Amino acid sequence: MSHDRSIRDMVAAVAAGKTSAAELTTHYLDRIAAHDETLNTLISGCADTARERAVAIDAGAAADTPLAGLPIAHKDIFCMRGTRTSCGSRMLDNFVAPYDATVVERLAAAGTVTLGKTNMDEFAMGSSNETSFYGPVRNPWNTDYVPGGSSGGSAAAVAAGLVPAATGTDTGGSIRQPAALCGVTGIKPTYGRVSRYGMIAFASSLDQGGCFARSADDCAHVLQAMAGFDERDSTCVEREVPDYVGALDAQGDDYLKGMRVGLPKEYFAEGLDDASRQVIDAAIAEFEARGAEIVEITLPHTELAVSTYYVLAPAEASSNLARFDGVRYGYRCENPVDLEDLYTRSRGEGFGREVQRRIMVGAYVLSAGYYDAYYLKAQKTRRLIAQDFTNAFENVDLIAAPVTQAPAFKLGEKLDDPVSMYLNDVYTLPASLAGLPGMSVPAGFVDGLPVGLQLLAPWFEEARLLGAAHAYQQTTDWHTKRPAGFE
Amino acid sequence: MAWETVIGLEVHIQLATQSKIFSTAPTAYGAEPNTQASAVDIALPGVLPVINANVIRMATLFGLAIDADIAPTSVFARKHYFYPDLPKGYQISQFELPIVANGHLDIVLGDGAEKRVGITRAHLEEDAGKSLHEAFDRETGIDLNRAGTPLVECVSEPDMRSAAEAVAYARKLHALVQYLGICDGNMQEGSFRVDANVSVRPVGSSEFGTRTETKNVNSFRFLEKAIEFEVERQIDVLESGGTVVQETRLYDPDADETRSMRSKEEAHDYRYFPDPDLLPVVIDEAFVESARADLPELPDAKRERFVAAYGVGTEDAVALTQSRVLADYFEATVAAVGGDAKTHGKPAANWIMGDLSGALNRDGLTIADSPVSAAQLGGLIARVADNTISGKIGKDVFEALFKGEGESADAIIEDRGLKQITDTGAIEGFVDQVIADNPDQVQQYLDGKTKIVGFLVGQVMKASKGKANPKEVNQMLVAKLDAL
Repeated sequence: MSHDRSIRDMVAAVAAGKTSAAELTTHYLDRIAAHDETLNTLISGCADTARERAVAIDAGAAADTPLAGLPIAHKDIFCMRGTRTSCGSRMLDNFVAPYDATVVERLAAAGTVTLGKTNMDEFAMGSSNETSFYGPVRNPWNTDYVPGGSSGGSAAAVAAGLVPAATGTDTGGSIRQPAALCGVTGIKPTYGRVSRYGMIAFASSLDQGGCFARSADDCAHVLQAMAGFDERDSTCVEREVPDYVGALDAQGDDYLKGMRVGLPKEYFAEGLDDASRQVIDAAIAEFEARGAEIVEITLPHTELAVSTYYVLAPAEASSNLARFDGVRYGYRCENPVDLEDLYTRSRGEGFGREVQRRIMVGAYVLSAGYYDAYYLKAQKTRRLIAQDFTNAFENVDLIAAPVTQAPAFKLGEKLDDPVSMYLNDVYTLPASLAGLPGMSVPAGFVDGLPVGLQLLAPWFEEARLLGAAHAYQQTTDWHTKRPAGFE
Repeated sequence: MAWETVIGLEVHIQLATQSKIFSTAPTAYGAEPNTQASAVDIALPGVLPVINANVIRMATLFGLAIDADIAPTSVFARKHYFYPDLPKGYQISQFELPIVANGHLDIVLGDGAEKRVGITRAHLEEDAGKSLHEAFDRETGIDLNRAGTPLVECVSEPDMRSAAEAVAYARKLHALVQYLGICDGNMQEGSFRVDANVSVRPVGSSEFGTRTETKNVNSFRFLEKAIEFEVERQIDVLESGGTVVQETRLYDPDADETRSMRSKEEAHDYRYFPDPDLLPVVIDEAFVESARADLPELPDAKRERFVAAYGVGTEDAVALTQSRVLADYFEATVAAVGGDAKTHGKPAANWIMGDLSGALNRDGLTIADSPVSAAQLGGLIARVADNTISGKIGKDVFEALFKGEGESADAIIEDRGLKQITDTGAIEGFVDQVIADNPDQVQQYLDGKTKIVGFLVGQVMKASKGKANPKEVNQMLVAKLDAL
């Protein structure tokens, strides 16, 4: 079936004229029509423009581009000209972006066809995709379960074969965690590798765009088109993008041989579900069988990550979301009586509970008298956490760990318990705080729900992550599994 | 009780860049509302700021000109408050690490003494938009053209002790930023905005009194009046047993008074934190040195040079170096006279500060749009200096030049036959005639009333239609009268 093909094959088939962009587009649009009512992975579809674009590509509009004809979906956090860009919020339900995010622009320039905008936790704040104004996304492996978040729509859409690849963003785990919970491959690049221009900001010092696809090889193709310097983002790093795809092509069977892989003991301690641990252990055994040298390492400040993150991310969010005031665009309350009423009700009605909670926390930690005790202290602990990784990478090439403590949980299960929801991110937050690249690679199942293996590499070593994941995927087939009903 | 006034000024200097501080939108003043606001300026979701490198250069020039420290690393911070003309809900400013700190400006007081005013810091920030309350019925319009315009906020120490000192400091700063070419100095358009922090304390006290901040002062005259009003108001409050409230006040030039705008209790918690969208600004020694090489000659140095090179007095030199355009005009004028600069400096200064400045004021013009060019004025001064015309005729020639009635002083002198009569024979004719025609006055002279000679000189000048050289007339008259 067409949707089980690799991106490499699809693009080659289009280029060779064996299939057309229009055929591919129709195939995936049909699958979206058939399944998305159940899954709710898309907030906005763009079937008409996608079909037009595919026809244009078949007529030569994207000649010589690396991904000509490849259907994709964008997380609804990326601005796309002429398309509603809601960020999963009532606040932006009426917002039609007048410009393209750099990521959108680059993927379009690479020849992709955008099928729609994917569902997400409101303003990317959430780990279950339940805070979306457009309702939760369901996990295709079991529709009573969450897909993870905040990029839940992108992960679930790829898992269900509604699209071959989708963009996402990761602030504290929002690519890796849903990738793990939905059984797809996801990569969060180094902070500064992918431009944030046009990506609606949640926590600017942490937000990083990345992608979901079925395999590391697929991800390499998409990341290749997304990554690189952008003068419109001052935090984007001017550094050459390696040939990710070419590196995988050139990679031998012995890629993992001699690679030192560190297992941080703090990630395998209390809290990790036994069954999930067995899956991770098996994956690590596979690495070892392929010649990797497994060593235990320590990241001693890991326990500070959750509190550090939940000070810094809300602080930045409270500031980044100040622009949503009902004045220039977005939601505005009915009949405001004065300016304060306009602000209070527009923001009170336009933002959901989790977003409001984080704005309140963020405003609090930045306020006079508390700034030093919270924000400043958290900046210091952030440096300690980053230093842990720097120290660790002096002895290992790669870090392997679980992505989450357990597989997906049920819809509604943690909705009223924010702390338990936040703890869900305990294994993904440290790398986010350190700005490191990370991946989630499908590694097995527990009770029919996927479990992901997390791989972390030093700054700008995305090629190493992709190489290791690709090597692993040469001898395992977890990434090729499809949930029942979505074959 | 005797009171001492304590003043510190906060000046917003709008940098004369082509584009905004964090976007590529133009900064030109006066465009149709919201036509110069880009996606970044209106804070669309997803947009990011990128620093305009020219802004860093201008701030560095400013820092060097006030002999301040240029921070090797300065940091942009977000200052949060909600207002419709502040699109992001925060202003990007600098807080803990400003780009410029520890500078000073020396001002010359009325008695000629110099006084050093400390400058605590000068930081970069973006301007907000404008709220237009009058243009719409019961609604407020927002114009975001100004949003993102680069500003330097320059904060002085509370070193000034009178409104006059504050004005001298503000004027000096105003001249300086125009010299540097970093600000157009237009106060009406808000390119140079002065806020005055004013307090009073009993003479001899070392503690500061509670201060107020007065805003909306858009001329130096209003600055002086606003401070004077505020000082009197505070003294009245204190002397009647009250306490000064720390607050922001607005100056109303029509009523010539300051009015309370908001008190400290309503003051915001701005929740400053470093802007994560912008990297710290790192300035290395090479950058500073290249900026230093670009520094133009500054007013103080120019003033000293004018005294030394042109022989003008300090007071004239201060006036001539008030603005770069004026100073340049002066130098061009002296150059056009030709010959010895030290000889012609003083007359050039007199012409510029006297007749030219008077005529410009009369017609509401500035030196930049003077109808008399420096070359024309220099040509005129040369003709007075070489006695081609008298100073008095010179004034007529100047008026003619100002009205555009001739290409040059020479042309006007030629056309109108104004050339001074220096031919002794011709003058002698007039002198003899006047002595013959005014026997009474001659007798008075001979009786010892020598002052009457002025009248007789006047008669000779009249007879010669002003063209006789008055110095020669005087000499000849006195010689002839004494010989009688």
